[in-house]
Amino acid sequence: MSRPLLLGSQRAHVGVDRRELAVCAVLLVAALGLGFVGLWAGDFPVTPGEVAGALLGAPFPAVEPIVYTVVVEWHLPRVVAALVFGAALAASGAIFQTITRNPLASPDVMGLANGSFTGMLLGLVLLGGAWAGIMAGALVGGLVTAGLVYVLALRDGLRDFRFIVVGIGVSAFLAALNSWILLRIDVETALFASAWGAGTLNNATAGAVWPAASVLVVLLLLLPWGVASLRQLELGDDLARSTGLALDRHRAALLLLAVALVSAVTTVAGPIAFVALAAPQIARRLVRSPGIPLAASCCTGAVLLLGADLVAQHVVPLTVPVGVVTVVIGGAYLTWLLRREMRTDR
Amino acid sequence: MTPAPPRLVAEGLTLRYDARTVATDLSVVVPDDRFTVVLGPNACGKSTLLRALSGLLAPAAGRVLLDGAPLSSLPAKERARRMALLPQTMSAPEGITVRELVHRGRFAHQRVLRRHSASDRDAVAAALEETHVADLAERRLDELSGGQRQRVWIAMTLAQDTPLVLLDEPTTFLDLPHQIEVLNVLHRLVARGRTVVAVLHDLNLAARYADHVVAMRSGAVVAEGPPSATITEPLLRSVFDLEATVLPDPLTGAPMVVPADSRD
Repeated sequence: MSRPLLLGSQRAHVGVDRRELAVCAVLLVAALGLGFVGLWAGDFPVTPGEVAGALLGAPFPAVEPIVYTVVVEWHLPRVVAALVFGAALAASGAIFQTITRNPLASPDVMGLANGSFTGMLLGLVLLGGAWAGIMAGALVGGLVTAGLVYVLALRDGLRDFRFIVVGIGVSAFLAALNSWILLRIDVETALFASAWGAGTLNNATAGAVWPAASVLVVLLLLLPWGVASLRQLELGDDLARSTGLALDRHRAALLLLAVALVSAVTTVAGPIAFVALAAPQIARRLVRSPGIPLAASCCTGAVLLLGADLVAQHVVPLTVPVGVVTVVIGGAYLTWLLRREMRTDR
Repeated sequence: MTPAPPRLVAEGLTLRYDARTVATDLSVVVPDDRFTVVLGPNACGKSTLLRALSGLLAPAAGRVLLDGAPLSSLPAKERARRMALLPQTMSAPEGITVRELVHRGRFAHQRVLRRHSASDRDAVAAALEETHVADLAERRLDELSGGQRQRVWIAMTLAQDTPLVLLDEPTTFLDLPHQIEVLNVLHRLVARGRTVVAVLHDLNLAARYADHVVAMRSGAVVAEGPPSATITEPLLRSVFDLEATVLPDPLTGAPMVVPADSRD
C-alpha cells in the first residue's frame, strides 16, 4: 500500500487518489503554459527567450532593463495574482459547498462579494479614493457581511439551508444598497467603482499583489488540516459529530478560513464572480470523486482565473474586467457539464 | 468485589429542541455487554434519548455519564472512541464506494495529517466482514439495495470500533429478512462483548433479540427490564394503547405479541 499523500488523501483504500493527482498534474502543466503566455503577451514586444532570461537569469542571455521591467515587474505580479487568487477563490468555494452540502453555495452567492463591494464603495466615498481606504473598506465589508450572515443564520445550531437563504437575502439587500450608492456618486468615480465591482486584475500591481499573495499562500497551506473535517462533514452533521468531529469549532474555523481567503482576494481584485462557485464543481467532475476534491479545486481555480484573465486582456477587442470573462467561461463550462451529466444519468 | 458501575448512565435529563420540551427528569441505566432495545410509540422521545446518550443533544438539565465522567467534559474524539451512534438521517457523497464510506468511521482514531494506518485497514476489513458486505467493498453505495446500504452504514459504525454502539431505528424501511439480518449482526456484536442500544419498532423482533427493554411514552420511561417482564399485555396497553394477546414464541419462548382483532 502506498503512503498517503496529504492533499490527495481522498480515497481511503489506496491512500492517494491517483486520479486527483493526475488531474492536478495536468492542470499544473496547463497553469505553467498559460503563465508563460501571460508573461510574454502584451503591447511591448518581447520574445519567449527574453521571458526566460528575465525570469530565470543565467543560463539564459541577459535582457534589457526594459524587458525585465515588463516581464518581472508588470506581467509577473498579474500572472501570480491570477494563479493564487484563482486557487484561493476555488478553495473558499469548496469549503462553503462541502459545509452546506449544496453545490450552489459559494461566497459570492452568499453575500460576501456584494458586502466587499459595499465596503469598497464606502471606503471610496468616505475616505476619498486612496487605495488603502478602498482595500480596507473591501476587507471590512466582506468580513462584516460574513459575520452578519453567520449570526442571522445561527439559531439552535447552523442549518445548511437557512444559512444559504439568509446569505442570498443579505446579498440582495447589499446589491440594492450598492446600486443606490453608485447612483449617488459622480460618473467618473462610479465607472471606476463599477469596473472594480465586476472583479478585475487591472490593479494587480507588484505592490498590491505580493502582500496579498503571501497571505493567501499561508492560508492555502492550512488547507490540509481541514480536509479530514470536510470529509466527515459530508456525512451530515449528526454523523460527523458521532464519528468524533467537534462540529461547531471545526465548522467555524473552516468558514473563517474560507472568508479570509475570499476577502484577501477581493481586497485587491474586487469580487471576481463564478470561480468559487464553478471551480469546485468542475474539479469534482474531472476527478470523479464522491466529495469535492480540495487540491484539484485549487488547481482548477488557478487555471480558470489565469485563462480568463488572458482572454480578458488579449482576446476580447477591448480590455474588460476578468470577472466578466469568468462568468462567461465558467458558466458555459458548467452548463455543458451539467447537460452532459443529465444525458449520461438517464 | 463490588461490580463496576455501568458505563453509560443518564441522570435526570431534561431534553429540549428550541422551546419544545421532549422529556423531563429522564433517567436511564444502560446495562453493560447487553442488547438494550428502546420501544415506544412515535414521537415518545426514543430518538431524543439516544441523541442525548450519544452527546448529540446537550441536555437542558441533568447529565449523561460515560465511564463515570460527564459526557460534556469529554473531547469529541475521545467520546467517539468509546461510543458510536448511527443516527436516523445521514448523507453520503454521491458516488462514494462502500470501503471509502466505512473508512470514514475511523475518523476518531486518526490524527489530522497521518491517516490510513494499518489498524484502520484492519478495522474496516473486520467491519465489512461482520456485516457481510465485504464482497460489496468496491461498489458504489448508490448502486446498492436498501438492505445492503443499511448494513454498510452499520459497518461504518462498527469500524469506529467502540465498546458502546447506539443505533436509531437501524431496521426501519427494511423488509423482514433484512431486518433479521441486521439484528443478527447486532446480536453477534453483543456476543463478542459490545454494549448495543437500538431503537426498534417491531415488538416481536425486539422481544426475541433484546436482553433489556426500555419502554417509553411521552418522554418518560414506563417500564424497564427483560422482555418477559416488560412486553406484557398491560404494558402494551399503557405504552401503545394496543389491545393484544402475548403468547410465548413457539421457537424461543420469548413474548410474542398478537394484536387483538379490532376490525369492525
